Amino acid sequence: MNMKRRVFLKGTLASGTVAVALGAGLLTSGQVLASWPESAFGPRSFSDALKNLHKSDQLSASDKIEIEAPDIAENGMVVPITVKTSLGNVESIQILVEKGNSPLSSSFEMTPAVAGFVSTRIKMGQTSDVVAVVKSGGKLYSARKEVKVTIGGCGG
Amino acid sequence: MSTIRIRARVQGDVTEVRALIRHPMETGQRKDKKTGQAIPAHFIQQVNCEHNGKNVMTANWSASISTNPYLAFDLKDAKAGDTVKISWSDNTGKSDAADVKVG
Repeated sequence: MNMKRRVFLKGTLASGTVAVALGAGLLTSGQVLASWPESAFGPRSFSDALKNLHKSDQLSASDKIEIEAPDIAENGMVVPITVKTSLGNVESIQILVEKGNSPLSSSFEMTPAVAGFVSTRIKMGQTSDVVAVVKSGGKLYSARKEVKVTIGGCGG
Repeated sequence: MSTIRIRARVQGDVTEVRALIRHPMETGQRKDKKTGQAIPAHFIQQVNCEHNGKNVMTANWSASISTNPYLAFDLKDAKAGDTVKISWSDNTGKSDAADVKVG
């Protein structure tokens, strides 16, 4: 019951955002097509997040994906994550925290103009595997790395 | 003053783009320690990256990206003098953009 209300509230907020942006003429039609994948950020289950984004949660482990992250994160508020891949035709890269409240942390829509590399900093509430998913040639590949968190960074 | 700081430099085969954005990235799960009131979610949802006016990458983010987000990526075919533009929009409808010349 509570969760449904959550999802509904989030939905209202998100569609409001797009409407406001459109109204202000901030977005061109091309950018609206690639809208924020709200349904993938909502689920609390790892596999639902993937299914909502890719219509599949079937991942093939790949040694062509490298995750750079600390073994131990003393401060879960700021965990640097770098994903590198030598796979060709990279369509998108996702960073997921397997045990996160909402596992999908970020999703990068790539084009051939960028190399197979992204780096950012994420929050982690507890020790978990960080999973990098790379969509290449229509298939999903992944790599994972455990990050131990000593002080969690979600909530207050 | 822009909330976005960008650096773009040719390094060997690629152009490294590094950006820092000033934003609270509130999850909506934190409480104000004094009042006990929940702090509403306020986070960047989308970041668009352009090279000479053409979209090269779109980042979709949740609130689990750290406060004052850092973003790095590499452009394959950029050269000195090209323009790199980064813009963001958040869940409250706010947005900002900034551009820089490749050095």
